[in-house]
Amino acid sequence: MAIWDLRWSGNLARVTDAKMPLRAKVASSVSRTAAALSRAAGRGDGSVIGGWIGLKIDPDLLAHLSAGRAIALISGTNGKTTTTRLAAAAVSALGRVATNSFGANMPTGHTSALAKAGSTPYAVLEVDEHYLAQVIEATEPHVVALLNLSRDQLDRAKEVAMMAQLWRSALARHPDIRIVANADDPMVVWAATPPAAHDQRIAPPHVTWFSAGQRWHDDSWVCPECGATIQRSGEQWWCTGCPLRRPDPQWTVDDEGVLDPTGAWYKVKLQLPGKVNVGNAATALAVAAEFGVRPFDAVPRLSDVTSVAGRYAQVVRDGRTVRLLLAKNPASWLEAFDMADEAPTLLSINARDPDGLDTSWLFDVDFAPLRGRQVLITGDRAYDLAVRLDVNDVPFQHVRTFDEAVRAVPPGRLEVIANYTAFQDIRAELDRVN
Amino acid sequence: MSTETLRIVWIYPDLLSTYGDRGNVLILARRARQRGFRVEVLEVRSDQQLPNTADIYLIGGGEDGPQALGAQRLLADGGLHRAVAQGSVVFGVCAGYQLLGTSFFAKGTQYRGLELLDISSDRGPSRAVGELAGDIDARLGLPPLSGFENHGGRTLLGPGAAPLARVTAGVGNDGTTEGAWRGKLLGTYSHGPALARNPALADLLLRWATGVHQLPPLNDTWFDRLRTERRAAVAAAARP
Repeated sequence: MAIWDLRWSGNLARVTDAKMPLRAKVASSVSRTAAALSRAAGRGDGSVIGGWIGLKIDPDLLAHLSAGRAIALISGTNGKTTTTRLAAAAVSALGRVATNSFGANMPTGHTSALAKAGSTPYAVLEVDEHYLAQVIEATEPHVVALLNLSRDQLDRAKEVAMMAQLWRSALARHPDIRIVANADDPMVVWAATPPAAHDQRIAPPHVTWFSAGQRWHDDSWVCPECGATIQRSGEQWWCTGCPLRRPDPQWTVDDEGVLDPTGAWYKVKLQLPGKVNVGNAATALAVAAEFGVRPFDAVPRLSDVTSVAGRYAQVVRDGRTVRLLLAKNPASWLEAFDMADEAPTLLSINARDPDGLDTSWLFDVDFAPLRGRQVLITGDRAYDLAVRLDVNDVPFQHVRTFDEAVRAVPPGRLEVIANYTAFQDIRAELDRVN
Repeated sequence: MSTETLRIVWIYPDLLSTYGDRGNVLILARRARQRGFRVEVLEVRSDQQLPNTADIYLIGGGEDGPQALGAQRLLADGGLHRAVAQGSVVFGVCAGYQLLGTSFFAKGTQYRGLELLDISSDRGPSRAVGELAGDIDARLGLPPLSGFENHGGRTLLGPGAAPLARVTAGVGNDGTTEGAWRGKLLGTYSHGPALARNPALADLLLRWATGVHQLPPLNDTWFDRLRTERRAAVAAAARP
């Protein structure tokens, strides 16, 4: 029986706006107004401030706004904004979907997104990995998708193994939640598998495994269960000290398409670059299937997605076609190199609070794929990058501004790869392109 | 140097490489090659035997579990102890620095260290995260230390170890001193690619390993700009 025959009943996804307590209604309304004011004042896209004010008035506002909606939460270190956007597109085959498509992925952002969307039967929310446990409690989701866990902003983020433990405890408290998880990431598999279940060598029935690849292995050489070494061969991995091993995935990427659990293959034609986004599409289809969406109905909607909160957006400036790629940590830099064309490339690095103050990770990235391209560097921490590229034997030119970079390259494509606030700075230069 | 080739061993990158520690391997190898040395880099995983006779051994940072496991494997292997007895250079960073000592704390438990340096580490009252700077022991003849620290430990030095630096910004061992050294063993809380901020320290390790007292200078334009920029940032943060 195909899994979408177990169709998620539309009746369950009933919004109970009328039943919201008065305080929540007021909070929700004020939240929407504040977000609109923030946008009108040009202070931002309003995706955080509205929720912040709403939660001040009613601390349970997120729970109230979640009631009656069928919700998917999407979390992980990388790919969550794009996967959320794709999953929202896929689920929209069934009806209206609320989503935090600006990447505001903490409870304030979720509150804003749900308040702004009004009554919707469905919601697909990107969740910062640190907040997943809290957001699960508040929103009582139907499905949680776990993408990956790798090093990111280590000067403040929880270490990878601690994060996996937090996810695992949160999910163990809610055995009713359906999980869609990446079979290629040992940390994710362990987090998705309740204690003592993994030695049965079969996934518990509520976990659906997908394989979207794991380009970055350096945070999962040690088994989170027993501390022994994890071995790899091809796509397989297994612990040498306990039964933890790669489960067989039901959803896989194959030759620019996605194989579903019945073995049917769907060509996935995206406007987003790179193989990594086909993996994100497979994840989105798996999430949508948990609501009863058939891949056949969802796939065409995926190709409508052109850019995600400025990521992959293309803007023409002075005869140069500028494309923006966000890369926040070692794993996502490897993915950005995969997506970028062989063209002049601007790299921009900051180390402000949202980026993490530490630039050590630059040495976890091999920049060799950029050899032979014209490379420009900029950003608050351009000199950290300069030393890295120097050691990497990648010639580069340092520029002070984005405009200087545009003038320094010939007409044609300019690829821009930047970390979080550097990306936002350049996006602001390009008039907050989405 | 034991042979014509400078041999650099990166100890257990599968366990102890959380913070760009590869940078130290790359920088040492590159600066040696630029001086005309033949260089061989060996990445030794925790399920492999350590060679006894390499010239430089690097131990990086790591999370608590891998740190404890790394110390246990190194004690069982014995290769690092044999190398030190033969005069090899050891550079330890963060967790790798702590485990060179007599004891350290991981996951709330005290673990036995390698007892190669006369230091012991305990849990601190809070995590030390941020820029780290200090004036290096004058006997080493190096410009000031620059780095970024991120650790929960505090380290006590015994009489057999000298502080690497006197802290001018950040915490280091205890807010006063930072790192430690004895003979050709040196450790620091300046985490990850510490040598990217301190090319002169890289050259000190190379001088120790090769026995060459005068290494030809290199074009360090970008290293120097980075150091200048970080020094200015630390000074700006210290202003009231």
